[in-house]
Amino acid sequence: MQSVRNPDAGKVKLLLFGEFISAIKSSLRNPWLNISLLVTLLFLYTPIIVLIIFSFNDSRRNIVWKGFTLKYYKKMFSNEILLEAFLNSIVIALITTILSLVLGVLTAILLWRFQFPLKSLYQGMVMIPVIVPEICIGIAFLVFFNMIGWPSDLIWPLSLAKIIFAHSLFCFPFVAIVVRAKLVNLNWECEEAAKDLGANAWHVYRDIWLPHLKPSLIAGGLLAFTLSLDDFVITFFTSGPETITLPIKIYSMVRFSVTPEVNAASTVLIVVTILSVCTAIFLQKENLKKGSFE
Amino acid sequence: MSAPLISLQGLSKSFQGNDAVKFVDLTVDKGEFYGILGPSGCGKTTLLKMIAGLEEPSAGRVIIDGLDMSPVPANRRPVNTVFQSYAIFPHMSLEDNISYGLKLKGIGSGELKKRVLDMLDVVDLKGLERRWPDQLSGGQLQRVALARALIMQPKVVLLDEPLAALDAKLRETMKYELVKIQKEIGITFIMVTHDQQEALSMMDKIAVMNEGRIQQVDQPNLLYEKPKNLFVANFIGSANCLMGRVAKVEKGRTHVMLADLNQEIIAFSCENFKVSDRVQVIIRPEKLTFQDIELPSNHEKTINRVSGKLLEIIYHGGVSTFRVGFKNKNLKPLIVSQLNDDQQTKDGYRIGSHVEVCWRLDAATLVPVI
Repeated sequence: MQSVRNPDAGKVKLLLFGEFISAIKSSLRNPWLNISLLVTLLFLYTPIIVLIIFSFNDSRRNIVWKGFTLKYYKKMFSNEILLEAFLNSIVIALITTILSLVLGVLTAILLWRFQFPLKSLYQGMVMIPVIVPEICIGIAFLVFFNMIGWPSDLIWPLSLAKIIFAHSLFCFPFVAIVVRAKLVNLNWECEEAAKDLGANAWHVYRDIWLPHLKPSLIAGGLLAFTLSLDDFVITFFTSGPETITLPIKIYSMVRFSVTPEVNAASTVLIVVTILSVCTAIFLQKENLKKGSFE
Repeated sequence: MSAPLISLQGLSKSFQGNDAVKFVDLTVDKGEFYGILGPSGCGKTTLLKMIAGLEEPSAGRVIIDGLDMSPVPANRRPVNTVFQSYAIFPHMSLEDNISYGLKLKGIGSGELKKRVLDMLDVVDLKGLERRWPDQLSGGQLQRVALARALIMQPKVVLLDEPLAALDAKLRETMKYELVKIQKEIGITFIMVTHDQQEALSMMDKIAVMNEGRIQQVDQPNLLYEKPKNLFVANFIGSANCLMGRVAKVEKGRTHVMLADLNQEIIAFSCENFKVSDRVQVIIRPEKLTFQDIELPSNHEKTINRVSGKLLEIIYHGGVSTFRVGFKNKNLKPLIVSQLNDDQQTKDGYRIGSHVEVCWRLDAATLVPVI
């Protein structure tokens, strides 16, 4: 399970990027902390940095540095199959994010606010997609879609539905966890106060719940987006020949040879992920500035 | 007096079979600062929430200004609440917090600004309107909560333990501030508290509550002087309690035989007791005195007397508290409290010495034992 989930662990670390920076600042005072921090950083980021550097390598073979070039980026951006895969990935990730947010928020509210029989069982079942190895979920989907005879000849955006369903299933529990954690410290009396001042149910959602949940919606949405964007295992079992995503495409390119073009494509994936994380951190900071307590 | 502003009729609430509030009948007049006083868990907050409409009663009705509020949801009642946690919206500025209710009502921005400014003046928060809640102190948050309720010009403002979260010094200031604001604007306040000092010093009228029932409704001084039962006597201030049986009833005077002390005492009584009724004799510590040797034994100050042994003297500064034990060790010692203004009380008593404790006819309150 651990090895299958490794990409997610990396993502959580990225989410903690902001804290990392402050850790660096505080460690400047303590040399031992400095050293351990340095080793950790090296360990985490050296492979990524090497990958990015070698995407600019002017060589067919990706072992020796031969000089700087952008030609593999040019090559990549003229590779239509690669671009199509990239577009597929983005569309899937965006729709998955929206679906996961809706499902995740509803689940979180259900678990937080209501009491019903077998609640703890339900609570455990919601978390199953987080715990079960991805490979199992992938195979389960493969079998399931075959069994119900899901049509495989749909036109383009609809043909992605299979992957989107599968991604939403394993992404929404993450949203639910993040949102529920935030719901716990919602002051009940704020809701009552709003009602007391004349708010109806819609006003309460708009003025009390939404602003309170905003940071967790950003964090949860981002988690879903990046999980979906670079998912390989589940996508591998649910995509057809017409619906290639970027990670699948990169994988198939590697099977021929590891050219710098592969590095370039991977770099783009990394940049998109890091950019979205930074956006989220920025949005959260803005939110904090506006005075919401943590 | 005209019809009451608020009347509660047989109001009850039970949570999963547990009765939190049991058949409460109350009337509150316009302009009153009304207190609901009781220990924690006595149902007072539930009662308040039922008036606000935030809690549905299991039985009974809330009538405000002649209208039955049963079908009216919380957001349309002419009532606003100051919550215990203040419930200031954390993502809105102070100004937005205060104007929230008016905005929902659709008040135009011109009038809105004016009313917010007026209100900031009333609660003394001028110049802070751009602040965020996390930049305000506890006392300021409390004022925001009050302003947010008052600006709606409700018929009643409900306050749920508004001072509980403040430190002692601030609480003292806010106490008088609240009373001042209430008298200034003349809106009826109903405030829930567990602090008897707060209740006595702030309120026009107090309903004492215990275990979901109203124990007594009275003005603060009557509540203290004439408690209707032992719970009220003990809850408000401290009280000495002696058990006895009515021995003789004269006009306005009742003779009580104290079984444990084998001694008779006399008290004024307005209740109609019958001979051999069981009663509790309740006496406030400051109404007890030590016998003055110069006074004749039939003097009105010393008409009732019991003897005991001085167990303890506790010095409080302005007053001292004495504990006097009886021969019968099972009886609770009497608590006597004396002003430390004369030399005699300071020097005259030694722990272990024999003392005579006396009280006047009107010092004790007789309470029937049910």
